[in-house]
Amino acid sequence: MKYVLMFIETEQFSRQLEAMGELEQRQAYEAVGQWFADNAEVITHHTHLGPAHTATTLRLDGASPVVTDGPYMEGKEVVSGFAEVEVADLDEALKLARSWPACPIVEIRPAS
Amino acid sequence: MTGPADQPAAELAGGSPGERPGRTGASLGGDSGGVLARVVREHAGRLAASLISLLGDFSAAEDLVQDAVEIALRRWPVEGIPERPQAWLYMVARRRGLDVLRRESNYRAKLAQLRWPEPQAADDRLRLIFTCCHPALAPAARIALTLRVVCGLSTAQIAAAFVVPEATVAQRITRAKKKIGQAGIPYRVPAAEELPERLASVLAVIYLLFNEGYLSSTPERARARDLVDDAEWLAALLAGLAPGEPEVGGLLALIRLHRARDAARFDEHGRLVLLADQDRSRWDHHAIEEATALLTGVARAHRRPGPYQLQAAIAACHAEARSFEDTDWAQILVLYDMLLHLAPSPVTRLHRAIALCRVHGAAAALAEVDALEPDLVSYGLWHATRAELLRELGEAEQARACDERALDLTANPAQQALLAERLTWT
Repeated sequence: MKYVLMFIETEQFSRQLEAMGELEQRQAYEAVGQWFADNAEVITHHTHLGPAHTATTLRLDGASPVVTDGPYMEGKEVVSGFAEVEVADLDEALKLARSWPACPIVEIRPAS
Repeated sequence: MTGPADQPAAELAGGSPGERPGRTGASLGGDSGGVLARVVREHAGRLAASLISLLGDFSAAEDLVQDAVEIALRRWPVEGIPERPQAWLYMVARRRGLDVLRRESNYRAKLAQLRWPEPQAADDRLRLIFTCCHPALAPAARIALTLRVVCGLSTAQIAAAFVVPEATVAQRITRAKKKIGQAGIPYRVPAAEELPERLASVLAVIYLLFNEGYLSSTPERARARDLVDDAEWLAALLAGLAPGEPEVGGLLALIRLHRARDAARFDEHGRLVLLADQDRSRWDHHAIEEATALLTGVARAHRRPGPYQLQAAIAACHAEARSFEDTDWAQILVLYDMLLHLAPSPVTRLHRAIALCRVHGAAAALAEVDALEPDLVSYGLWHATRAELLRELGEAEQARACDERALDLTANPAQQALLAERLTWT
């Protein structure tokens, strides 16, 4: 089955990441790189999003389209990236998500 | 949230006055509903397990079993329980499947192969239990699904047992089945590294089921279904299917130790009797011995203590004491400390305070209970426990106020009656 893992950052996580020294930060990024390398066989596609403050949102449900600054939902938790994976079932997707070395929340959704 | 290992103050919550789980009986005697339910329970889960394996579609298979169960519940009370109930259920499910799955030629071909008895009749219900109790399902859905798929309850029976509208239960089950299919929740026993966590989820479902049946039961309440009986049956089934897991045995012992005290839990007017006041000669001492032996057996064989084994050990201390005063409170206190170490919880600390009172006095216990105020101020039992301790310290006025507050916060009618009565004579 195909699943999308959505990686979600919390405010606390971003603060921690910012507070890290250069070496620590590099190690954190390397851990993520390693995770993608280790699981390359099942990851069919992945994307890292720019920070939430760079987002632009367009609403099409009004009389005319409205463009606003920022993500569609203001919150303390924001999606920072996606990985599309092809695994047998939810338990395998969960196992993969469990080993994710970075941001503290991962949402798993079946995808088609 | 009250654990049934709950002690004296918590004996506001007692045991279910249910019948013992006699397993079989093909004739419909006086307790025909109970016999019927037990026969269905023995067979529905097996049928569900085989159909899911056969069709590879949890939802479609479950629909067929549910149809067969509903037909059985309608016809068996009139026609009598068939000699081979499982074969009967297989036949009905098969016929029903060939009928409703008309357009699914793939399913029809598979169903046509369904034979009773099955050639390889391994008990597949462990997979079934793990799927129904998957942590990716909402807790209420896990309970409803387990009752329906593993125990063979109809939606109406589940709704009656939990006093919720049938539509609510139906919706929970439909959503859960959709999620199983669409999110790819697997139908298998988890791998070794996932097992502890997944088993904890299964045990939590059984424990909640037991609690629900145990706490909500009163003799007057017409019980469409004895949930305590289902919980014990599930724990026993799981103990048979996963013998290497001491917590399963611990939970089974815990349930049996509570049930062994059923007969003394209500007086002849149907009112709850506190543990301290129960007539201990009415306890089932044979059942207590057996449950204690079961607990000692698993604890010794595995040497892996866990919350259920510890709660069962506390229940065993109470069950083995000749009187309330004779209870080994010091041992109970040690067990509570171990339990809190493994599973910290304010409610457990509240129960521990009762043992603390017996070992170190009411003043020490009250100090501990007062420290729990931020967590438990809206919990009826916290106020009731404070009332007992204050009364012991001679603070009758304050105790009364606490009992009144407890009464406001208690939804369970039997507990309400007990508190109301205490207020009339204090």
